[in-house]
Amino acid sequence: MKRTHRLRWQAAAIMTVAALAVAACSSSSSTSSSAGSSSSSSSSALTASAPGITPTQILIGSHQPLTGPAAPGYSEIAPASAAYFAYVNAHGGVYGRKIVYKYLNDAYDPTTTASDVRQLVLQDNVYALFDGLGTPTHLAAISFLNSEKVPDVFVASGCECWNQPTTYPETFGWQIDYVREGKILGQYVKQHFAGKKVAFFYQDDEFGMDGVKGLDDEIPASMVVSKQSYVDTNVNIAPQVAALRASGAQVVVSFSIPAFTALLKLNSLKLGYSPTLVVSNVGSDAITLSGLLESFAKQGGATVNGNQLTNGIITDGYLPTLGSTSNSWIALFSKIHQQYDPKAPFDGNVLYGEAVAYTFVQSMLKAGRNPTRADLVSAIQAGLPQGPAVAPYAYSATDHSGITGAYMGVIKNGALVQEGPVLTTDASASGPITTYTGTEQQAPASGIPSP
Amino acid sequence: MTMQTLPRRLGVAVVTAAIVWFLSIKLNTFRDYQIAEVATEVTAVAGLTVLTGLSGQISLGNGAFMAIGGYTTALLLMHLNWPFFAALVASAAAAAAAGAIVGVAAARLRGPYLAGATLMLGVALPSVAYAWPGVFGGDQGLNVAFTTPAFLGATFPLTRWQAWVSTAVALVTLVLLANLCYSRIGRNWRAVRDDEVAAALDGVNVAVTRILAFVVSAVCAGLAGSLLAIVTSLVAPGAFTITLSISLLTAAVIGGLGSLPGALWGSLVIVLVPTYVTDVATSHGLSSSVGSNIPIAAYGVVLILVMLIFPQGIQGGLRRLLTAFTGPDPKTRTRHDASAAHVTPSADDASASQHEKEGTS
Repeated sequence: MKRTHRLRWQAAAIMTVAALAVAACSSSSSTSSSAGSSSSSSSSALTASAPGITPTQILIGSHQPLTGPAAPGYSEIAPASAAYFAYVNAHGGVYGRKIVYKYLNDAYDPTTTASDVRQLVLQDNVYALFDGLGTPTHLAAISFLNSEKVPDVFVASGCECWNQPTTYPETFGWQIDYVREGKILGQYVKQHFAGKKVAFFYQDDEFGMDGVKGLDDEIPASMVVSKQSYVDTNVNIAPQVAALRASGAQVVVSFSIPAFTALLKLNSLKLGYSPTLVVSNVGSDAITLSGLLESFAKQGGATVNGNQLTNGIITDGYLPTLGSTSNSWIALFSKIHQQYDPKAPFDGNVLYGEAVAYTFVQSMLKAGRNPTRADLVSAIQAGLPQGPAVAPYAYSATDHSGITGAYMGVIKNGALVQEGPVLTTDASASGPITTYTGTEQQAPASGIPSP
Repeated sequence: MTMQTLPRRLGVAVVTAAIVWFLSIKLNTFRDYQIAEVATEVTAVAGLTVLTGLSGQISLGNGAFMAIGGYTTALLLMHLNWPFFAALVASAAAAAAAGAIVGVAAARLRGPYLAGATLMLGVALPSVAYAWPGVFGGDQGLNVAFTTPAFLGATFPLTRWQAWVSTAVALVTLVLLANLCYSRIGRNWRAVRDDEVAAALDGVNVAVTRILAFVVSAVCAGLAGSLLAIVTSLVAPGAFTITLSISLLTAAVIGGLGSLPGALWGSLVIVLVPTYVTDVATSHGLSSSVGSNIPIAAYGVVLILVMLIFPQGIQGGLRRLLTAFTGPDPKTRTRHDASAAHVTPSADDASASQHEKEGTS
């Protein structure tokens, strides 16, 4: 008896540790959002033309990392999209229908994503999956969504893998893919740091490897002295940073999520190593980074100035810079943000969430008054106007990748400053990088795209 | 366990199968998916509850055995086009082999040292997928193609078929485990758990007995991993983190250590509570930063409440409630002691019946 008694206490003790560990790690949860009210419904009758569509609403779903390693920064995206939808709903909706956006928390864990997406499709009957976030997570959902013929639009990840129209006809990317981005960053490094030692730091999955593919297309192998990778479940990257330092690299190109860009910076600082950082767009939002740097440093018992540390980070952008207040898109999105999502900072993630929501409303309006699921796919494949992006979309029946170009920029005093023109390219190794000569669109005065 | 004989156990299994069949037809396809999730969880938890409750060994590494089962199934289906049931058996065999190796080490370790060693296994093994991305698909994992058989027709929902398959596997596993627990092997496990020296004096080979328990538990985890692969259509290292191993042990403890029905209660809690709490949080319009953390809090609260109110888990609590209604049944009492039951007499019971009185007054 004594033995079993002890065993039970051991189990209880382990359970306590377990509860703490699990609390620190993950959960699953959801939030849904709808706001505003629909107004006029005029001419021909609105019908329930597809699952998730009723005469009064359009139900769409998503999986988002609201907790877990990818939550810092990215958890702001879905509320920002919901804010834009609330604005549209308050101004007449899409042909009079309200958009209801239900996003579930997957904590950046692919198994939870698989379960979330089945709940959204099988139980909630969403019309489409919108802006599912993350490469490893969305890969757990893509074949299910395509076998159920659910439109899987504007995945929040730049993986080249979303552009497979024959295998995955329902899936569309949106942001510039990591190969294109790697090429544009790579060309910049080749041109501006000739003769210097360059190293790569990247997430060990499709995200990082696609980026490295693009970098390798442009940067001669002779310049590259080290390639270090990390996995997003292990925050101890001290060995990788030590290896970068030992390689003598003067420039480090990083394909990392924000938390790991911040860890890279802090670990380098600890070793007295300060290479020039070139960071992919997804890991370089100045406001997110600055906040992360300050909170991580605080956990380690140090005080740092976030904006000072992000100074000089070189990155790229495919949406207008937040600081350009005269830009019509920034003015529009900042106004909507202040009205519907005022608690979040107006940073790159919020801009992203609103811009991708704008693109969704664009494509829903194009899909027609009573769209089927196939109508949405055809509407996007017929091509979309450029909207808030700085370069055109690639959408066609044979190409499901999104924005085709970006500009280079530098973070100064906590804000991204554009340097040089918008560059466009394709995802192939030999495709040239050209300066984009088209003009950017202006935001519509109503804030809602015209059909 | 209240059943004693094989026919009675089979009867319960058939009744359960009929209930699941009825639910799977009546409920929507997402509920079918949840049935499949619960059945998968039960298969793994049953193995663990036998290991910990009966043989007295704690494992924080059963998630790793699930990974072995999952990857074995994925690779066999993908490269060799094996039928699923063959792959299932192969997955169990692969997990058994791994369990035997770990069991040899585990047989020398006790208490926290054993927990530590198995924890290491749970943390380290899934990372193997990163080491050979060519074979295991790295972080992205492997896709598992699993379809409904032709004879069910083209419109038969896949999730219902997944629910049926995983429930069948779970029930067969439970019946076999129940028989094992009441066989000589099960008695040896309990003997070793209660006093190794006494068991050895009685002629029980302590090391072999302990290793065997590990193998049985690993086989269950391997089966569960194989089911998880076909249910989620994906095996990826992100699915087999240490969180999974811990949630298995949590389910076993919540349900009642050493109790097979308890494995079912624990699995239901682990699978359904987060979804339910999420729905409640959503319907009360909580902000996303609060709402997304509520399930984690609820999980902690459930764990603490169960440990405080039902130290022997839900199954222990149910038994006690039953006793409160029908009066103590000496026969049940003995069986109860012999099986699950880490009954530390009187004190717990007294405090618990006090709780019950408070609850009903």
